[in-house]
Amino acid sequence: MPTIQSPGTEEIHPDVALVERAREGDTAAFEQLVRQYERQIFRVAQHITQNREDAEDITQDTFLKAYEKLSQFQGNSKFSTWLVRIAVNESLMRLRKRKTSKTVSMDEDVQTEEGSIPRDFAEWRPNPEQIFDQNELNDILRRTIQGLPPGFRTVFTLRDIENLSTEETAEALGLSIPAVKSRLLRARLQLRERLSRYFRQRKEGQPA
Amino acid sequence: MNCTDFLSQLTDYFDGQISPELLEEVRTHLAGCHHCEVVLNTTRQTIEVYRGQEIYEISDDLRERLHSAIMTKCLEKKRA
Repeated sequence: MPTIQSPGTEEIHPDVALVERAREGDTAAFEQLVRQYERQIFRVAQHITQNREDAEDITQDTFLKAYEKLSQFQGNSKFSTWLVRIAVNESLMRLRKRKTSKTVSMDEDVQTEEGSIPRDFAEWRPNPEQIFDQNELNDILRRTIQGLPPGFRTVFTLRDIENLSTEETAEALGLSIPAVKSRLLRARLQLRERLSRYFRQRKEGQPA
Repeated sequence: MNCTDFLSQLTDYFDGQISPELLEEVRTHLAGCHHCEVVLNTTRQTIEVYRGQEIYEISDDLRERLHSAIMTKCLEKKRA
């Protein structure tokens, strides 16, 4: 079966030369890096904060921070993973600021097994794309991912939406690989359970 | 292998990072457990439906606005 994990790369990443030039003061090289990753950083921030204005601010702050700290970038990780790490930290900080009554961290709500135990055992037929139009489907997916605790939402976003590998996700979040795997499993199972309400196969005569 | 063991292998199974021995056990379990087969199929569909949709697409206008703001701030930093 095809693997879902994105393959790692051994060759020298083209970003390395751009980062080097940017460090030497070449603004055009930095601008190229911004172009390459601004959409991804915006998506990550929007997924974690679930707020468009916050995502706009975070995207700006992330690149500004990266620009200021370019000399600290070690090159042990990919430049994109380093950027994502900055964006995740900025996003979690925003969530903390927004929620006065509740602390928000990567560890919040992840101790509970609630919602991770499969209960719905109906197949999804036909495929969700065949039942709902694009707008309806996007709306369902947005609402469903919003309901996940931030610690799960973040892992799912990096691994399954942004296609980072398990190792890159662990690095970007400062988590161990087993912790990423465990959160990813539970995020996927919780989403599956919630989406089943919309996508499960209807018995004949049952209204949609 | 029971259902809990099966679930604990699900991530590695999707990633194709599972030993041949365990893979055999997973397949044997799936052949006899309809519930786990459904969980496998619908979890795969969950991943695919999220991968297939751009749920937070950024408009060209917003992208340009953000891009200019980022570069303006960086250039200000450089001059400072």
